[in-house]
Amino acid sequence: MAAVDHAHPPIANQSSRVDARTLGMFLFIASEIMLFGSFFTVYFFVRVSAGTPWPTPPYELPVFVAGMNTIILVTSSFTMHWALQSIKRGNRSGLKAGLVLTFLLGLTFLLTQVLEYSRIGFAPYTNAFGSVFFGLTGLHGAHVFVGLTLLAFATIRAFRGHYTEEEHHGVEIPGIYWHFVDVMWIVVYTTVYIL
Amino acid sequence: MQNPLSSEGEAFRFLLGTVVYFALIAVAGVINAWAGLVVFIVLSVAVVWWWWRSREPAGPVEASPVRGGPEGERRILVVANETVGGEPLLEQIKQLASQGNTRVLVVSPALNTPLRHLASDEDPARAQARERLDRSLAELERNGVQASGEVGDGDPLQAMEDALRTFGADEIVISTHPEGRSNWLERGVVSSARERYAVPIHHVVVDLGDRPF
Repeated sequence: MAAVDHAHPPIANQSSRVDARTLGMFLFIASEIMLFGSFFTVYFFVRVSAGTPWPTPPYELPVFVAGMNTIILVTSSFTMHWALQSIKRGNRSGLKAGLVLTFLLGLTFLLTQVLEYSRIGFAPYTNAFGSVFFGLTGLHGAHVFVGLTLLAFATIRAFRGHYTEEEHHGVEIPGIYWHFVDVMWIVVYTTVYIL
Repeated sequence: MQNPLSSEGEAFRFLLGTVVYFALIAVAGVINAWAGLVVFIVLSVAVVWWWWRSREPAGPVEASPVRGGPEGERRILVVANETVGGEPLLEQIKQLASQGNTRVLVVSPALNTPLRHLASDEDPARAQARERLDRSLAELERNGVQASGEVGDGDPLQAMEDALRTFGADEIVISTHPEGRSNWLERGVVSSARERYAVPIHHVVVDLGDRPF
Protein backbone atom coordinates (compact mmCIF):
# COMPACT_ATOMS: atom_id res chain seq x y z
CA MET A 1 0.00 0.00 0.00
CA ALA A 2 1.21 3.50 -0.81
CA ALA A 3 2.65 5.61 1.95
CA VAL A 4 0.48 8.19 3.63
CA ASP A 5 2.57 11.23 4.54
CA HIS A 6 0.56 12.69 7.36
CA ALA A 7 -1.05 10.74 10.15
CA HIS A 8 -2.62 13.98 11.37
CA PRO A 9 -4.23 16.92 9.56
CA PRO A 10 -1.93 19.81 8.66
CA ILE A 11 -2.24 22.77 11.01
CA ALA A 12 -3.67 24.97 8.25
CA ASN A 13 -6.82 22.81 8.28
CA GLN A 14 -7.86 24.64 11.43
CA SER A 15 -8.21 27.82 9.38
CA SER A 16 -11.75 27.21 8.14
CA ARG A 17 -13.16 25.74 11.35
CA VAL A 18 -15.46 27.69 13.62
CA ASP A 19 -13.91 28.40 16.98
CA ALA A 20 -15.96 26.64 19.68
CA ARG A 21 -15.98 29.70 21.97
CA THR A 22 -17.15 31.94 19.14
CA LEU A 23 -19.79 29.39 18.17
CA GLY A 24 -21.02 29.38 21.76
CA MET A 25 -21.39 33.16 21.63
CA PHE A 26 -23.31 32.92 18.32
CA LEU A 27 -25.77 30.42 19.79
CA PHE A 28 -26.18 32.53 22.91
CA ILE A 29 -26.89 35.68 20.90
CA ALA A 30 -29.34 33.77 18.69
CA SER A 31 -31.27 32.74 21.81
CA GLU A 32 -31.15 36.34 23.00
CA ILE A 33 -32.62 37.59 19.74
CA MET A 34 -35.50 35.15 20.18
CA LEU A 35 -36.02 36.31 23.78
CA PHE A 36 -36.10 39.99 22.82
CA GLY A 37 -38.25 39.06 19.83
CA SER A 38 -40.93 37.64 22.11
CA PHE A 39 -40.96 40.84 24.18
CA PHE A 40 -41.19 43.00 21.05
CA THR A 41 -44.08 40.85 19.85
CA VAL A 42 -45.94 41.74 23.04
CA TYR A 43 -45.04 45.41 22.51
CA PHE A 44 -46.38 45.49 18.97
CA PHE A 45 -49.51 43.58 19.98
CA VAL A 46 -50.28 46.00 22.84
CA ARG A 47 -49.47 49.12 20.83
CA VAL A 48 -50.63 48.29 17.31
CA SER A 49 -53.23 45.51 17.54
CA ALA A 50 -54.81 46.54 20.85
CA GLY A 51 -54.35 50.26 20.10
CA THR A 52 -53.11 51.17 23.57
CA PRO A 53 -52.07 54.89 23.68
CA TRP A 54 -48.28 55.18 23.98
CA PRO A 55 -47.46 56.38 26.59
CA THR A 56 -50.83 55.99 28.28
CA PRO A 57 -52.02 59.39 29.64
CA PRO A 58 -51.30 60.92 32.11
CA TYR A 59 -47.87 59.27 32.12
CA GLU A 60 -44.86 60.50 30.14
CA LEU A 61 -41.60 58.88 29.21
CA PRO A 62 -38.30 60.68 30.05
CA VAL A 63 -37.16 60.83 26.44
CA PHE A 64 -34.35 63.35 27.07
CA VAL A 65 -32.81 61.48 30.02
CA ALA A 66 -33.04 58.19 28.12
CA GLY A 67 -31.47 59.96 25.12
CA MET A 68 -28.52 61.03 27.26
CA ASN A 69 -28.31 57.49 28.54
CA THR A 70 -28.25 56.25 24.93
CA ILE A 71 -25.30 58.53 24.16
CA ILE A 72 -23.51 57.18 27.25
CA LEU A 73 -24.08 53.58 26.17
CA VAL A 74 -23.00 54.16 22.55
CA THR A 75 -19.90 55.97 23.83
CA SER A 76 -19.10 52.90 25.92
CA SER A 77 -18.98 50.87 22.70
CA PHE A 78 -16.34 53.23 21.35
CA THR A 79 -14.23 52.80 24.51
CA MET A 80 -14.70 49.02 24.28
CA HIS A 81 -13.49 49.07 20.69
CA TRP A 82 -10.55 51.24 21.74
CA ALA A 83 -9.63 48.76 24.48
CA LEU A 84 -9.47 45.85 22.05
CA GLN A 85 -7.62 47.80 19.38
CA SER A 86 -5.10 48.83 22.06
CA ILE A 87 -4.26 45.28 23.14
CA LYS A 88 -4.02 44.21 19.49
CA ARG A 89 -1.25 46.81 19.16
CA GLY A 90 0.35 45.78 22.46
CA ASN A 91 -0.80 48.93 24.29
CA ARG A 92 -1.70 47.63 27.76
CA SER A 93 -2.45 51.09 29.18
CA GLY A 94 -5.00 51.65 26.43
CA LEU A 95 -6.57 48.27 27.18
CA LYS A 96 -6.92 49.03 30.89
CA ALA A 97 -8.19 52.59 30.34
CA GLY A 98 -10.66 51.42 27.69
CA LEU A 99 -12.06 48.65 29.88
CA VAL A 100 -12.36 50.87 32.97
CA LEU A 101 -14.10 53.61 30.97
CA THR A 102 -16.45 51.09 29.38
CA PHE A 103 -17.32 49.65 32.77
CA LEU A 104 -17.93 53.09 34.30
CA LEU A 105 -20.08 54.24 31.38
CA GLY A 106 -22.11 51.04 31.54
CA LEU A 107 -22.55 51.42 35.28
CA THR A 108 -23.67 55.04 34.77
CA PHE A 109 -26.24 53.84 32.26
CA LEU A 110 -27.59 51.23 34.65
CA LEU A 111 -27.76 53.58 37.66
CA THR A 112 -29.48 56.24 35.56
CA GLN A 113 -32.05 53.67 34.51
CA VAL A 114 -32.65 52.68 38.14
CA LEU A 115 -33.11 56.37 38.98
CA GLU A 116 -35.50 56.71 36.04
CA TYR A 117 -37.57 53.78 37.33
CA SER A 118 -37.87 55.33 40.78
CA ARG A 119 -39.22 58.61 39.39
CA ILE A 120 -41.27 57.52 36.40
CA GLY A 121 -44.61 57.47 38.23
CA PHE A 122 -46.01 54.14 37.09
CA ALA A 123 -45.24 50.51 37.85
CA PRO A 124 -45.27 47.23 35.91
CA TYR A 125 -48.71 46.40 37.36
CA THR A 126 -50.28 49.79 36.48
CA ASN A 127 -51.46 48.78 33.00
CA ALA A 128 -50.34 46.98 29.81
CA PHE A 129 -48.19 49.97 28.82
CA GLY A 130 -46.37 49.81 32.16
CA SER A 131 -45.88 46.05 31.90
CA VAL A 132 -44.39 46.30 28.42
CA PHE A 133 -42.21 49.30 29.28
CA PHE A 134 -40.70 47.67 32.37
CA GLY A 135 -40.51 44.30 30.62
CA LEU A 136 -38.48 45.57 27.67
CA THR A 137 -36.26 48.06 29.48
CA GLY A 138 -35.83 45.71 32.44
CA LEU A 139 -34.84 42.83 30.19
CA HIS A 140 -32.28 45.07 28.55
CA GLY A 141 -31.07 46.33 31.95
CA ALA A 142 -30.51 42.73 33.05
CA HIS A 143 -28.32 42.24 29.98
CA VAL A 144 -26.35 45.36 30.79
CA PHE A 145 -25.78 43.91 34.27
CA VAL A 146 -24.47 40.67 32.75
CA GLY A 147 -22.28 42.69 30.38
CA LEU A 148 -20.89 44.68 33.31
CA THR A 149 -20.06 41.42 35.09
CA LEU A 150 -18.14 40.20 32.02
CA LEU A 151 -16.40 43.56 31.76
CA ALA A 152 -15.47 43.43 35.44
CA PHE A 153 -13.76 40.06 34.94
CA ALA A 154 -11.99 41.30 31.80
CA THR A 155 -10.85 44.46 33.62
CA ILE A 156 -9.52 42.53 36.63
CA ARG A 157 -7.67 40.15 34.31
CA ALA A 158 -6.24 43.09 32.36
CA PHE A 159 -4.88 44.63 35.57
CA ARG A 160 -3.42 41.26 36.56
CA GLY A 161 -1.38 41.20 33.38
CA HIS A 162 -3.49 38.84 31.30
CA TYR A 163 -4.01 39.24 27.53
CA THR A 164 -1.41 39.79 24.86
CA GLU A 165 -1.33 41.03 21.27
CA GLU A 166 -2.00 37.46 20.08
CA GLU A 167 -4.21 36.15 22.91
CA HIS A 168 -7.10 38.43 23.84
CA HIS A 169 -10.18 36.26 23.43
CA GLY A 170 -11.25 37.25 26.96
CA VAL A 171 -11.71 40.83 25.74
CA GLU A 172 -13.06 40.01 22.28
CA ILE A 173 -16.03 37.95 23.50
CA PRO A 174 -17.28 40.48 26.12
CA GLY A 175 -16.78 43.12 23.40
CA ILE A 176 -19.09 41.30 21.00
CA TYR A 177 -21.65 40.89 23.78
CA TRP A 178 -21.38 44.55 24.79
CA HIS A 179 -21.96 45.80 21.23
CA PHE A 180 -24.91 43.43 20.91
CA VAL A 181 -26.42 44.85 24.13
CA ASP A 182 -25.96 48.35 22.69
CA VAL A 183 -27.63 47.37 19.43
CA MET A 184 -30.60 46.03 21.39
CA TRP A 185 -30.81 49.29 23.34
CA ILE A 186 -30.93 51.32 20.11
CA VAL A 187 -33.92 49.21 19.04
CA VAL A 188 -35.59 49.49 22.47
CA TYR A 189 -35.00 53.24 22.77
CA THR A 190 -36.27 53.99 19.25
CA THR A 191 -39.42 51.89 19.51
CA VAL A 192 -40.35 52.51 23.15
CA TYR A 193 -39.29 56.13 23.69
CA ILE A 194 -39.20 57.84 20.28
CA LEU A 195 -41.76 56.37 17.91
CA MET B 1 -22.00 37.61 3.67
CA GLN B 2 -20.02 38.39 6.78
CA ASN B 3 -21.56 37.51 10.11
CA PRO B 4 -22.09 40.91 11.80
CA LEU B 5 -21.08 39.41 15.15
CA SER B 6 -18.14 37.29 14.04
CA SER B 7 -15.66 39.57 15.78
CA GLU B 8 -15.59 42.61 18.03
CA GLY B 9 -14.70 44.82 15.06
CA GLU B 10 -17.60 43.50 12.98
CA ALA B 11 -19.98 43.91 15.94
CA PHE B 12 -18.80 47.50 16.42
CA ARG B 13 -19.44 48.32 12.76
CA PHE B 14 -22.85 46.62 13.02
CA LEU B 15 -23.65 48.87 16.00
CA LEU B 16 -22.69 52.00 14.05
CA GLY B 17 -24.88 50.90 11.16
CA THR B 18 -27.77 50.26 13.57
CA VAL B 19 -27.38 53.72 15.11
CA VAL B 20 -27.51 55.40 11.68
CA TYR B 21 -30.45 53.22 10.54
CA PHE B 22 -32.62 53.95 13.58
CA ALA B 23 -31.55 57.61 13.84
CA LEU B 24 -32.75 58.30 10.28
CA ILE B 25 -36.04 56.49 10.92
CA ALA B 26 -36.56 58.31 14.24
CA VAL B 27 -35.83 61.77 12.80
CA ALA B 28 -38.18 61.20 9.86
CA GLY B 29 -40.81 59.67 12.15
CA VAL B 30 -40.76 62.64 14.53
CA ILE B 31 -41.21 65.07 11.61
CA ASN B 32 -44.03 63.07 10.07
CA ALA B 33 -45.26 59.53 10.72
CA TRP B 34 -45.61 58.78 6.98
CA ALA B 35 -42.13 60.12 6.30
CA GLY B 36 -40.85 57.77 9.00
CA LEU B 37 -42.58 54.86 7.30
CA VAL B 38 -41.12 55.82 3.91
CA VAL B 39 -37.59 56.12 5.34
CA PHE B 40 -38.04 52.79 7.11
CA ILE B 41 -39.09 51.06 3.88
CA VAL B 42 -36.35 52.69 1.78
CA LEU B 43 -33.61 51.88 4.30
CA SER B 44 -34.88 48.33 4.81
CA VAL B 45 -34.93 47.71 1.05
CA ALA B 46 -31.40 49.15 0.82
CA VAL B 47 -30.19 46.86 3.61
CA VAL B 48 -31.81 43.80 2.02
CA TRP B 49 -30.34 44.75 -1.40
CA TRP B 50 -26.88 45.18 0.13
CA TRP B 51 -27.24 41.84 1.92
CA TRP B 52 -28.34 40.15 -1.31
CA ARG B 53 -25.42 41.66 -3.23
CA SER B 54 -22.94 40.51 -0.59
CA ARG B 55 -24.15 36.92 -1.09
CA GLU B 56 -22.70 36.91 -4.61
CA PRO B 57 -19.32 35.19 -5.04
CA ALA B 58 -16.33 37.40 -4.40
CA GLY B 59 -14.20 38.58 -7.31
CA PRO B 60 -10.92 36.99 -8.34
CA VAL B 61 -8.39 36.77 -5.55
CA GLU B 62 -4.70 37.45 -5.83
CA ALA B 63 -2.76 34.43 -7.02
CA SER B 64 -1.05 32.59 -4.18
CA PRO B 65 2.61 31.64 -4.50
CA VAL B 66 3.23 28.01 -5.42
CA ARG B 67 6.38 26.36 -4.05
CA GLY B 68 7.73 23.68 -6.36
CA GLY B 69 9.85 20.64 -5.49
CA PRO B 70 13.61 20.09 -5.86
CA GLU B 71 15.35 20.65 -9.21
CA GLY B 72 14.42 17.97 -11.73
CA GLU B 73 11.43 16.70 -9.75
CA ARG B 74 7.91 17.24 -11.01
CA ARG B 75 5.17 17.49 -8.41
CA ILE B 76 1.55 16.71 -9.15
CA LEU B 77 -1.18 17.65 -6.72
CA VAL B 78 -4.42 15.73 -7.15
CA VAL B 79 -7.58 17.00 -5.45
CA ALA B 80 -10.55 14.68 -5.48
CA ASN B 81 -13.04 13.18 -3.10
CA GLU B 82 -15.94 10.95 -4.13
CA THR B 83 -14.40 10.66 -7.58
CA VAL B 84 -10.97 9.79 -6.19
CA GLY B 85 -11.08 6.20 -7.47
CA GLY B 86 -12.62 6.97 -10.88
CA GLU B 87 -11.05 5.44 -13.97
CA PRO B 88 -10.50 8.73 -15.91
CA LEU B 89 -8.71 10.22 -12.92
CA LEU B 90 -6.47 7.18 -12.47
CA GLU B 91 -5.62 7.30 -16.18
CA GLN B 92 -4.75 11.00 -15.98
CA ILE B 93 -2.52 10.45 -12.94
CA LYS B 94 -0.81 7.48 -14.59
CA GLN B 95 -0.15 9.54 -17.71
CA LEU B 96 1.29 12.49 -15.75
CA ALA B 97 3.32 10.24 -13.44
CA SER B 98 4.90 8.40 -16.36
CA GLN B 99 6.87 11.50 -17.43
CA GLY B 100 10.18 11.28 -15.59
CA ASN B 101 10.87 11.96 -11.92
CA THR B 102 7.42 12.72 -10.57
CA ARG B 103 5.93 12.93 -7.09
CA VAL B 104 2.18 12.68 -6.70
CA LEU B 105 0.18 13.86 -3.70
CA VAL B 106 -3.49 12.99 -3.57
CA VAL B 107 -5.58 15.25 -1.32
CA SER B 108 -9.05 14.16 -0.38
CA PRO B 109 -11.05 17.03 1.17
CA ALA B 110 -13.10 15.97 4.18
CA LEU B 111 -16.48 17.06 2.84
CA ASN B 112 -18.84 17.78 5.68
CA THR B 113 -22.43 18.87 6.23
CA PRO B 114 -22.90 22.59 7.08
CA LEU B 115 -24.29 21.72 10.53
CA ARG B 116 -21.39 19.42 11.40
CA HIS B 117 -18.93 21.98 10.05
CA LEU B 118 -20.48 24.65 12.28
CA ALA B 119 -20.12 22.36 15.27
CA SER B 120 -16.52 21.52 14.27
CA ASP B 121 -17.59 17.86 14.14
CA GLU B 122 -15.43 16.75 11.24
CA ASP B 123 -14.22 13.37 12.50
CA PRO B 124 -16.73 11.27 10.49
CA ALA B 125 -16.04 13.31 7.33
CA ARG B 126 -12.29 12.87 7.79
CA ALA B 127 -12.72 9.12 8.38
CA GLN B 128 -14.75 8.72 5.18
CA ALA B 129 -12.28 10.81 3.20
CA ARG B 130 -9.42 8.74 4.63
CA GLU B 131 -11.15 5.49 3.62
CA ARG B 132 -11.64 6.69 0.03
CA LEU B 133 -8.09 8.00 -0.09
CA ASP B 134 -6.58 4.72 1.10
CA ARG B 135 -8.51 2.77 -1.54
CA SER B 136 -7.43 5.16 -4.26
CA LEU B 137 -3.77 5.05 -3.20
CA ALA B 138 -3.92 1.26 -3.24
CA GLU B 139 -5.46 1.39 -6.73
CA LEU B 140 -2.69 3.72 -7.94
CA GLU B 141 -0.06 1.43 -6.48
CA ARG B 142 -1.61 -1.55 -8.31
CA ASN B 143 -1.22 0.51 -11.50
CA GLY B 144 2.42 1.20 -10.77
CA VAL B 145 2.05 4.78 -9.54
CA GLN B 146 3.73 5.66 -6.26
CA ALA B 147 1.68 8.37 -4.61
CA SER B 148 1.27 9.76 -1.14
CA GLY B 149 -1.93 11.17 0.21
CA GLU B 150 -3.59 13.19 2.90
CA VAL B 151 -7.02 14.22 4.02
CA GLY B 152 -7.55 17.93 3.50
CA ASP B 153 -9.85 20.70 4.63
CA GLY B 154 -13.55 20.39 3.77
CA ASP B 155 -13.25 23.41 1.49
CA PRO B 156 -11.42 22.14 -1.63
CA LEU B 157 -9.78 25.52 -2.28
CA GLN B 158 -8.54 25.64 1.29
CA ALA B 159 -7.32 22.04 0.96
CA MET B 160 -5.37 23.03 -2.16
CA GLU B 161 -3.93 26.07 -0.39
CA ASP B 162 -2.81 23.90 2.55
CA ALA B 163 -1.24 21.30 0.26
CA LEU B 164 0.58 23.91 -1.81
CA ARG B 165 2.15 25.33 1.34
CA THR B 166 3.49 21.97 2.50
CA PHE B 167 4.00 20.11 -0.79
CA GLY B 168 4.08 22.65 -3.62
CA ALA B 169 3.02 21.64 -7.12
CA ASP B 170 4.01 22.03 -10.75
CA GLU B 171 0.59 20.86 -11.90
CA ILE B 172 -2.77 20.40 -10.23
CA VAL B 173 -5.41 17.85 -11.15
CA ILE B 174 -8.95 18.47 -9.94
CA SER B 175 -11.46 15.70 -10.29
CA THR B 176 -15.20 16.37 -10.18
CA HIS B 177 -18.51 14.79 -11.00
CA PRO B 178 -20.04 15.79 -14.37
CA GLU B 179 -21.70 19.19 -14.80
CA GLY B 180 -25.10 19.28 -13.12
CA ARG B 181 -24.13 16.75 -10.44
CA SER B 182 -20.97 18.44 -9.25
CA ASN B 183 -21.21 20.70 -6.23
CA TRP B 184 -17.60 21.81 -6.82
CA LEU B 185 -18.36 22.92 -10.38
CA GLU B 186 -21.45 24.75 -9.20
CA ARG B 187 -19.31 26.61 -6.66
CA GLY B 188 -16.71 27.41 -9.30
CA VAL B 189 -13.89 25.52 -7.58
CA VAL B 190 -12.03 24.79 -10.82
CA SER B 191 -12.28 28.33 -12.19
CA SER B 192 -11.33 29.82 -8.79
CA ALA B 193 -8.30 27.55 -8.61
CA ARG B 194 -7.25 28.66 -12.11
CA GLU B 195 -7.48 32.29 -10.99
CA ARG B 196 -5.49 31.66 -7.82
CA TYR B 197 -2.67 29.40 -8.86
CA ALA B 198 -0.22 30.11 -11.66
CA VAL B 199 0.32 26.44 -12.58
CA PRO B 200 -1.40 24.24 -15.18
CA ILE B 201 -4.68 22.91 -13.78
CA HIS B 202 -6.22 19.79 -15.32
CA HIS B 203 -9.91 19.21 -14.80
CA VAL B 204 -10.96 15.57 -14.96
CA VAL B 205 -14.63 14.65 -15.06
CA VAL B 206 -15.47 11.31 -13.49
CA ASP B 207 -18.93 9.91 -14.06
CA LEU B 208 -19.49 7.35 -11.34
CA GLY B 209 -23.16 6.96 -12.23
CA ASP B 210 -24.90 5.35 -9.29
CA ARG B 211 -21.79 3.42 -8.32
CA PRO B 212 -20.40 4.55 -4.98
CA PHE B 213 -16.65 4.23 -4.74
